[in-house]
Amino acid sequence: MNAQPALLSVRDLRIVFDGRRGPLTALDGVSFEIAPGEILGVVGESGAGKSLTGTAVIGLLDPPGRLAGGEIKLSGQRIDNLPAEAMRKLRGRRIGAIFQDPLTSLHPLLTVGEQLIETITTHLPVGKAEARKRALDLLKEVGIPAAETRIDHYPHQFSGGMRQRVVIALALCAEPILIIADEPTTALDVSIQAQITTLLKRLCREHGTAIMLVTHDMGVIAETADRVAVMYAGRVVEIGPVEEVTRRPHHPYTAGLMASIPSVHRRNAELNQIDGSMPRLTAVPAGCAFNPRCGFATDLCRETKPGLPVSGHAAACHFPLREMAHG
Amino acid sequence: MAEANTILEVTSASCRFDVSAPALSRLFSHEPRRILRAVENVSFSVQRGTTFSIVGESGCGKSTLARMVVGLQRPTQGLLDFKDIKRADGSVGPPRVQMIFQDPYASLNPRWRVGDIIAEPIRELKLRKDESETATRVGDLLEIVGLSRADARRFPHEFSGGQRQRISIARALATEADFLVCDEPTSALDVSVQAQILNLMVRLQKEFGLTYLFISHNLSVVRHMSDQLAIMYLGRFVESGPAEEVFGRPRHPYTRLLLDTIPDVEKPNRERRPMSGEVPSPIAPPPGCAFHPRCVQAVERCRTEAPALRREGELEIACHLA
Repeated sequence: MNAQPALLSVRDLRIVFDGRRGPLTALDGVSFEIAPGEILGVVGESGAGKSLTGTAVIGLLDPPGRLAGGEIKLSGQRIDNLPAEAMRKLRGRRIGAIFQDPLTSLHPLLTVGEQLIETITTHLPVGKAEARKRALDLLKEVGIPAAETRIDHYPHQFSGGMRQRVVIALALCAEPILIIADEPTTALDVSIQAQITTLLKRLCREHGTAIMLVTHDMGVIAETADRVAVMYAGRVVEIGPVEEVTRRPHHPYTAGLMASIPSVHRRNAELNQIDGSMPRLTAVPAGCAFNPRCGFATDLCRETKPGLPVSGHAAACHFPLREMAHG
Repeated sequence: MAEANTILEVTSASCRFDVSAPALSRLFSHEPRRILRAVENVSFSVQRGTTFSIVGESGCGKSTLARMVVGLQRPTQGLLDFKDIKRADGSVGPPRVQMIFQDPYASLNPRWRVGDIIAEPIRELKLRKDESETATRVGDLLEIVGLSRADARRFPHEFSGGQRQRISIARALATEADFLVCDEPTSALDVSVQAQILNLMVRLQKEFGLTYLFISHNLSVVRHMSDQLAIMYLGRFVESGPAEEVFGRPRHPYTRLLLDTIPDVEKPNRERRPMSGEVPSPIAPPPGCAFHPRCVQAVERCRTEAPALRREGELEIACHLA
């Protein structure tokens, strides 16, 4: 499908937490690729491992979590086994990060300008004056009105949406080739949310930056991403182009998830519900993790773990739903 | 729509908060008083057995309105009038009102067993004769909301978010409530769990003839739940009416923009023009129509004259142009 070489390639990633009661496998063989300039949405419910995947890519995995297998490559170079110092240089320079809560990602005692200038001078060989000019350009680029005066304001003087724009400007400081955005719009109101997703899309188009967009909101993914990876209990269960996955899901979990979202276009008598909840990491069932909640499960599903998809539109399911079933 | 079945009548209710600096420092710095108008002159009525929803962005006053309805906040002006209702058991009286909160992690006491959490209103209001009857009632309630009787022995931390929200619902029903005020009951939940809770709420409404005042910022959830709805902006209703009507033919520019900006899974990657600007401060609302700085259609009149809410068929709308 993708002729371009992958910018980020994650292969068979396994993350294990060593606890008192033995190791817990939080990520179990996660694989995906992101092409340059592409937005990959990673969607899943709480505890599916979507944020953990992002954390592993930027190398911020904290003990007791550890990488137990697999590899992460950025532009063909392995980054999962880099020493901490090399990883620290990479982070911010080539991989930017945007987190959910813009208030906690900004330093409350430094002006927005100081934070931007510090980041720019850390990563790029420029002087103070040059850095300030760059900072000003960045603030203008992310759509902050009256940037010349706003640059000397503190984070608390900005509203939620404006703060998130500042965080995006910070992530862009060193012109990274990849941005990990973990729930960037969740703390914002719908009308502000639309402004931020539009901004992310524009930046992606203009700079050719790839974005890994982690969110629980299928709507945001549908509006923003080019491709989507659906996660369930630490595994990718379906991956493919957004339109195909949302319109013709192959995995019963994705299909159930899509059907449980209320529509603004009509009123349904009852929402489709997937009974039960995602298993805890301590009790992931054998075979396909979704089998206890799946209406199509057979003995094969209860015994054998289905293979994980890599590219194109594929689902980790022994009996993927065919297009016929959806009409 | 049974008009005679009004359960709650709200007449020009307002709620203002004084957020001025202390009197002495105001005197020295020559600052005027600062009044935050959280809710301004809101009127509506709720029919028994239906769902009335209030939609708006953060800071529009929807939660303050909910708190006024349950009596946690006094209106500074206007009236909230609960009508007497006749229940299935023959008793007549004002409806019993309960509230379901947004965060199921913060609204349950972590040191109490679930059984005690649900039994508390029963004990407090002396709704059952003795402990064994109370325990039976608690067990029944747990089954009604889709949990098992044995769950009464467990603590809140042993449950997932969706299950905790079920416990909150059971606790609200324990008082034999007629009217539930639900403040964002599903916004802390995952979508598949949200579907379970919404289905449960619809089922309970049918079974017990409950009336809901449903507060949410999520338009798709509101569309699914509501009979009537009101769109709020900066403390005022800008549009209200039957849900089908408002969603089918939104008139107010704010309603239209809200419907246009929500992410839509059915139309992936559509191009759209997001609404610019942000909600102004309710301490210093803009003159004229509060929405005019963000409105694409605003004319001179919108900047000077605040539009009154006028009736148009079953709808009420506050706009000079719509």
